[in-house]
Amino acid sequence: MATLQEIALKTAGVEARIVSGHRMCAGCGIGTIIKTVFAASDRPVIVLNATGCLEVTTAVYPYTAWNTPWMHLTFENAAAVAAGVESAYKALKRRGRMSEEVNILAVGGDGGTYDIGFQALSGALERRHKFMYLVYDNEGYMNTGNQRSGATPFGASTTTVPAGTVSIGKPQWRKNLVEIAAAHRIPYVGQSVAHNTLDIYKKAQKGFNADGPAVLAVLQPCTTNWSYEAALTMKYSRLAVETNFWPVYEVENGFVHINVKPADRKPIEEFLKGQTRFKHLFRPGNEHVIVEMQKLIDEEWARLVKLEESGVQL
Amino acid sequence: MSEKKSWEDLELAIELPPATSLGYKTGGWRIVRPVWNAAECIHCMICVAYCPDMAIPAEKSEEGTVGKGGRVFKGAVRRETNFDYCKGCGICAHECPTKCLSMIREEEAEQAACKVPGEV
Repeated sequence: MATLQEIALKTAGVEARIVSGHRMCAGCGIGTIIKTVFAASDRPVIVLNATGCLEVTTAVYPYTAWNTPWMHLTFENAAAVAAGVESAYKALKRRGRMSEEVNILAVGGDGGTYDIGFQALSGALERRHKFMYLVYDNEGYMNTGNQRSGATPFGASTTTVPAGTVSIGKPQWRKNLVEIAAAHRIPYVGQSVAHNTLDIYKKAQKGFNADGPAVLAVLQPCTTNWSYEAALTMKYSRLAVETNFWPVYEVENGFVHINVKPADRKPIEEFLKGQTRFKHLFRPGNEHVIVEMQKLIDEEWARLVKLEESGVQL
Repeated sequence: MSEKKSWEDLELAIELPPATSLGYKTGGWRIVRPVWNAAECIHCMICVAYCPDMAIPAEKSEEGTVGKGGRVFKGAVRRETNFDYCKGCGICAHECPTKCLSMIREEEAEQAACKVPGEV
């Protein structure tokens, strides 16, 4: 197990696969996530990047922050192209034109994964191409100014489901990508958070080394559209785990394992406070939304614990 | 209709050399800057691992470097922030366990830099 020191040296070195000069917002956690994932690979990495925050900020022509083969793709087809790249790589190896071992990484935001790129992702997982799909989940289409996505949580106000006198914001709970991915019977699915560098590293390593497709979903607080001070990214990331809002767990060969179990679950208000998208929940008359949210979170957590304890293979 | 081409005759899409964004200095975005007090630093590498802009250099040091309490820290050590790229988000200062990083406004830093030594 690598220490934080070893990971830091890998990410700060000249051989880093993503470099400074990208144009992510100050305080954006994507940079932290992607460099940690890269640190977990000892082999060269081919990156297939769906449209999203990461793509628009790292590849503004003629600048590119990538120090590794990288391809920009549309929202829909990052996983499909990753499947193609993996097939081409296997064919080249078979013909003896390539001998090097590489890792293939498809990256997308939650819009490009939960919604638009979902069909391609499901197909690539079903065909069991050996690649890892990384989703940095900022819970909405943040690059275009906070539209609702399949990952937006219950009660969040977005420009397409704005909160008002009638609306409470998004009325539905988000979908559970980890369990959907696990339902494809793939060897590894993980869920992690931006602040837990060691956990991201460990999970990325497992994903890269899995014998088949792997999916890694990482929560990435968005300073611009969750609207908090840039320095607090890791604080919100931590609170998401401490309130059980975003459980840190993995599904290895179908078996659920919870990696972080908060000893003292904090009330969800702690996480909601200070975020503009949840500001309306603290107005009089909206107390029931927070109560319902807390109930949903506790039920989900209890279900997850039960899944782990039962030892049932998903 | 134009002549049919095989895929091998097609032109490549835009190709770029790697890591050209190093020529784009994002340091100009900064409103506040982290001031590092090396004498209080324990070289825990939290700031280095968190920095989303890869703007905190770290290296392996055999001889080590003096940090908190005059102790010599060996192995991975951090160096001064690279202000060419630091956007001043303040994650490093907020997460620092010894509070050896503090954020000050850019004007203050500039004024301090312009001051002639010895002048009041």
